Amino acid sequence: MKKGSGARGQGLERKMRILQFTLTILFLLTVYGPRLTGSTAYALDLHGFVQGNYAARVTGDSPPAKNGSDYLLSEERLQLELTEHSKDGSASFFIKSDFFRDGVAGTDDMELREGYINYTKDLVDLRVGRQIITWGTGDLMFINDVFPKDYGAFFSGRPMEYLKAPVDGAKVEITVDLLSAELVAIPTFEPNRLPDSTRFYLYNPFSSAATITTVETEKPGERIRDTELAMRLFRYIGSTDVSLYAYKGFYRMSGMMVNSMTNPTTLTYIYPELTVYGGSITGNIFGGVGNIEGGYYDSAGDRMGDDPTVENSKWKFLAGYKKELGSELTVGIQYYTEIMEDYGNYESTLPSAFPKEERIRSYTTLRLTKMLLYQTLRLSFFGIYSPSDEDYLLNPEAIYKLSDELSFTLGGNVFGGRKEFTMFGQLEKNDNLYANLRYQF
Amino acid sequence: MKSIIFYLLCIPYLILPLTASAETAEEAIKRAQAAFLYAGYDMKARVVMKLIAKDGKERMREMTMLRKDFEEGGDQKYFIYFYQPADVRNMSFMVWKYPKKDDDRWIFIPALNMVRKIAASDRRSSFVGSDFTYEDISGRDIEDDNHSFGKEEKVGERDCLVIKSVPKDEKGTDYSYKLSWIDKERSLPLKEEYYSKKGDIEKVFSADEVKELSGIFTITKRTMKNIANGHRTEVSFEKTEYNVKIEDGLFTERALKNPPKRWIE
Repeated sequence: MKKGSGARGQGLERKMRILQFTLTILFLLTVYGPRLTGSTAYALDLHGFVQGNYAARVTGDSPPAKNGSDYLLSEERLQLELTEHSKDGSASFFIKSDFFRDGVAGTDDMELREGYINYTKDLVDLRVGRQIITWGTGDLMFINDVFPKDYGAFFSGRPMEYLKAPVDGAKVEITVDLLSAELVAIPTFEPNRLPDSTRFYLYNPFSSAATITTVETEKPGERIRDTELAMRLFRYIGSTDVSLYAYKGFYRMSGMMVNSMTNPTTLTYIYPELTVYGGSITGNIFGGVGNIEGGYYDSAGDRMGDDPTVENSKWKFLAGYKKELGSELTVGIQYYTEIMEDYGNYESTLPSAFPKEERIRSYTTLRLTKMLLYQTLRLSFFGIYSPSDEDYLLNPEAIYKLSDELSFTLGGNVFGGRKEFTMFGQLEKNDNLYANLRYQF
Repeated sequence: MKSIIFYLLCIPYLILPLTASAETAEEAIKRAQAAFLYAGYDMKARVVMKLIAKDGKERMREMTMLRKDFEEGGDQKYFIYFYQPADVRNMSFMVWKYPKKDDDRWIFIPALNMVRKIAASDRRSSFVGSDFTYEDISGRDIEDDNHSFGKEEKVGERDCLVIKSVPKDEKGTDYSYKLSWIDKERSLPLKEEYYSKKGDIEKVFSADEVKELSGIFTITKRTMKNIANGHRTEVSFEKTEYNVKIEDGLFTERALKNPPKRWIE
């Protein structure tokens, strides 16, 4: 295990890094720039966008840890994409990098979103580097998509693509008629990115324990044996996709550990071992598309379920259905449930200060999407309600394309719940409106 | 009496040439679809669509369209890769088309590296925001309409059959009937008019340029115009090639995620 405070690199170092990267991009542009205007088949391609993205909390509340800002997000962002293919098309690289000003934190930063090399030969596709991987069949409900998510981005109205966080690793895809396979190895662990307590009101079970002076994060180690491995085996039967999944790695949602239950001074976030086995089917049914998915989350670090700092093993199931209801109007519904194993042990070992999770938790979701004005206006609504947790999220959104290049997004997130510790209940004071103006090239 | 027998003997000779040319309206539409949508065993084209609003404001769609026929007049598969506009760049789109049941459609979203199956029951919905519907791109099931001949007319220099097609199920369409002008010799539809349920002209299709490519007459420029709101879509098929031997493997999840370079450049 590797211990770290999670603090980011110092300002100067980061600025040097950004400078270095920018110079590289400028160099590439200078070298390849002239080719961009030509129609050479293999010319290097430069694309990306510039956007302003803002989100404001409209409840009038602001988290105690911060300076009273109503803004969850205030940023300007440049994204650049570079692609190049070898002449025979078998090899290529792709770089997608963001440079942004975070107005809430008052910092400038960059992030390599993706950066990989592809190689294709016969039945095999190899991709090595920083990449985004999406598996599973759910719409914002994840069972076999074991790859990192950025919930903070989603809850503060950033575009959907930012819900998925990249991993650094290698992926091999082998395509055979009988059974195809995707194999992924990720040497360095990447946790889920959660709403930040300096921007969001969040529930803290230790809020009454004023004795905590140190908060640490204990990430899985960077030992070869800690490499995360994921596999998807799939086959299309007609147009029906049948997939099997397996994953060996770690929970991306942290557990919390304290050095003493009665008088804690140190709080440590931990990412216990996790193995997942699952399957999914997507196909046509009743004039629409149906999907079912299931998975078993084997909590290797707490097989008995009596360690309150580590999640118990769980069964997870999802069923979804979407259909075109009318002209350019699509509706999607989902039902998700998870069942905890060893619930008795969980109940008996859970410290009294901790909120208790139900044995069976469930979520229902509804998505409506309507396209108007020759698909230049997209109206959508996404709602999640949990009958077990009695909490909800409502996300209406409108995207208007002023031209092929310029689009404007306006949306809102409304959170609520009966209890202050559930996923959406704890976000109740964070109802927000967000806007995004993007120029894409 | 003698004359009656003579006439009776003559009847077959009178009927024969008639039956040889007496194609039904349904057969003529079938012939038109074969020429228009099933030309060659497969096809590759660079397609540029201009979506033009009444005020002249233009939007652009540029894609490579690959089609393979699995049965003449029957099942087909389409693979479409987008270059423009920027927000759909690198997206690929796949349709498995069956005349008698709902299509299968998948889309690949590069930013999420995700393949999704799309619910696709409405073939009258717009293709990529244009005036063309999915049905206009890949064809309407011939058995969904009652077809009848109208008078013959010229479109430009070409002699055409005019066919009226009335949907059997009115609920499934946004128009009440369609008139098609089919080139008698080349079988291509040179003009189509869609009439609203009130009887007004609603949409007009026109073949603006026809070229002979590898011996196949091809509509290389076409327009669909919405008369009611003045919006129109101009489509130009560039670099159209037939019988390029597209492999079945192109119509798979692998190709959606990682389109083979040789097909999309």
